[in-house]
Amino acid sequence: MNLIKKWAGIIWMLAGPLTMYCLIRIAASEIALKPELDTKIQWGVFVIIFLPIALGLVIFGYYAFSGEYDHLPENSDDLT
Amino acid sequence: MNQNDTNKIWRVISASSLGTLIEWYDFYIFGSLATVIAGQFFPKTNPTAALLSTLATFAAGFIVRPFGALVFGRLGDLIGRKYTFLLTLVLMGGSTFAIGCVPNYETIGFAAPIIVLLLRLLQGLALGGEYGGAATYVAEHAPANRRGYFTSWIQTTATLGLFISLGVILMTRHFLDPDLNKSIAKFNDWGWRIPFLMSLLLVGVSIYIRLKMSESPLFSKLKSEGKTSVNPLKESFGHKANLKMVLVALFGATMGQGVVWYTGQFYAQSFLENVCKIDFDQSRTMLIWAILFGTPLFVIFGSWSDKIGRKWIMLSGMLLAVVTYPYLFKRMLAISKPDSSTLIANKSSSDTVSTLIIGTANHLRTIHSKMVYTSGMQVQQTATDTVYNSTSLPTSKPVIKTSKLLGDTDYWQIVLLLFVMIVYVTMVYGPIAAFLVELFPTKIRYTSMSLPYHIGNGVFGGLTPFVATLLTTSFPNNPLAGLMYPMAVALLCLLIGALYINNKIDENVQD
Repeated sequence: MNLIKKWAGIIWMLAGPLTMYCLIRIAASEIALKPELDTKIQWGVFVIIFLPIALGLVIFGYYAFSGEYDHLPENSDDLT
Repeated sequence: MNQNDTNKIWRVISASSLGTLIEWYDFYIFGSLATVIAGQFFPKTNPTAALLSTLATFAAGFIVRPFGALVFGRLGDLIGRKYTFLLTLVLMGGSTFAIGCVPNYETIGFAAPIIVLLLRLLQGLALGGEYGGAATYVAEHAPANRRGYFTSWIQTTATLGLFISLGVILMTRHFLDPDLNKSIAKFNDWGWRIPFLMSLLLVGVSIYIRLKMSESPLFSKLKSEGKTSVNPLKESFGHKANLKMVLVALFGATMGQGVVWYTGQFYAQSFLENVCKIDFDQSRTMLIWAILFGTPLFVIFGSWSDKIGRKWIMLSGMLLAVVTYPYLFKRMLAISKPDSSTLIANKSSSDTVSTLIIGTANHLRTIHSKMVYTSGMQVQQTATDTVYNSTSLPTSKPVIKTSKLLGDTDYWQIVLLLFVMIVYVTMVYGPIAAFLVELFPTKIRYTSMSLPYHIGNGVFGGLTPFVATLLTTSFPNNPLAGLMYPMAVALLCLLIGALYINNKIDENVQD
């Protein structure tokens, strides 16, 4: 199981930038289709809000690949 | 638990749940009345006002909620749960009441949309801080073996908040005048303010009850020992050991929960109204019934999670959603089509009204049709087009508006389908408060659990209606295209949750 967790980490690491690439492409095409301030704000908000989330997915993938999730904390002392 | 403890925990649950319920009610009435509010404060004819409307919708849902989670989560871990979620309640109630008092755009011009936008942002901020506080407060009072059961009462509040907001709006819309059309006109003019103004009374009662409550015993103990966090944000997100749990909570639980929750309650309603073309009131009463029947299941699944663990109940809800959504939505679409039933010709009617367009020789033609079917379905259709006087110009393509009233059998079949979706909502949402509480230590619990919850629910979930509508527009031949987003997110979350989440119930949340 730990091996699957570890290698799946690579998928999550790749999924972060891939999602951002797709989102930015969709945003650009939607804005080009309807170049109004309204559309720009909507898609601008999405891109800004998803950027840290995608980064989080990359970090999550990295932690998974590094084996951080092989053993989950047993008590709060392991967390702080 | 002795009788005293039992009484105490129920007082804690009542005080916390009532406040959270009111916060959700306050948040939803703005969303449910978005069209009416837009007409009052954000006229489409004025581009700046329309822009502020977009900001009000998107900023409050997506940016401000997670930000509220950080601000109030930090405060809750520094000064305590009780005063923090009391503050969020005052903020939410005050801003909701104030929205009901703001004069409209015609009266005070640009100040109106700006004030409403600021108040809406305050609402989002308050909501971001409320949930984590209420869930933590209840969990820190609950015994270890019944934490899922007791926190599940908090979980009912979001759905009940929607239920009450829909009920209050429908009632106000119907009872302002004996004539329904006049009543709706009055509601759109000034009656929409009533649900907002009512908030003051509800919040007043809730504040009174919450003020009488004492601080969480676990937090009080930490405080008396001088062990509270000095910098909850840094400890929550700056330390790898805790950050990895925040990430697994987001990608393995709350992200999927958010999309299942919004699909079952919001996208389903929008699908019934915009794709199936079911009447405004009927689509809402269907959802009200489904919520009413489904709500007890939050408590049942919460309680069950105390016995078998939280993980597999939540993930089963996601799996069922991914597998059955296409069938459930396809079935709703099929029921709303009159194909299988016969038209009753003598009960159906059609009339045409033609009006001369001033300054031209052309006519505006409106055809009203009413079709009644043996299944009891009534379809009202209004087709409007321009008939040009000159024979060289073809008649324009008519704008068709359709509204369907379903017969009893069809109505209850759709209620049943909605109920199934609400069951999934209760599976993913019922145990999640206990799950999140158990992941994090007391001293940074409020901060650590609030952020993944509000990104999962607010960002991933809140986006569902928007992305689903966008997908439906991009694939006009596939009415179910909107489901691709919630299904993809739920599937990803299911995979991550199955791999990385532990099913263990944490016996000790006192550390």
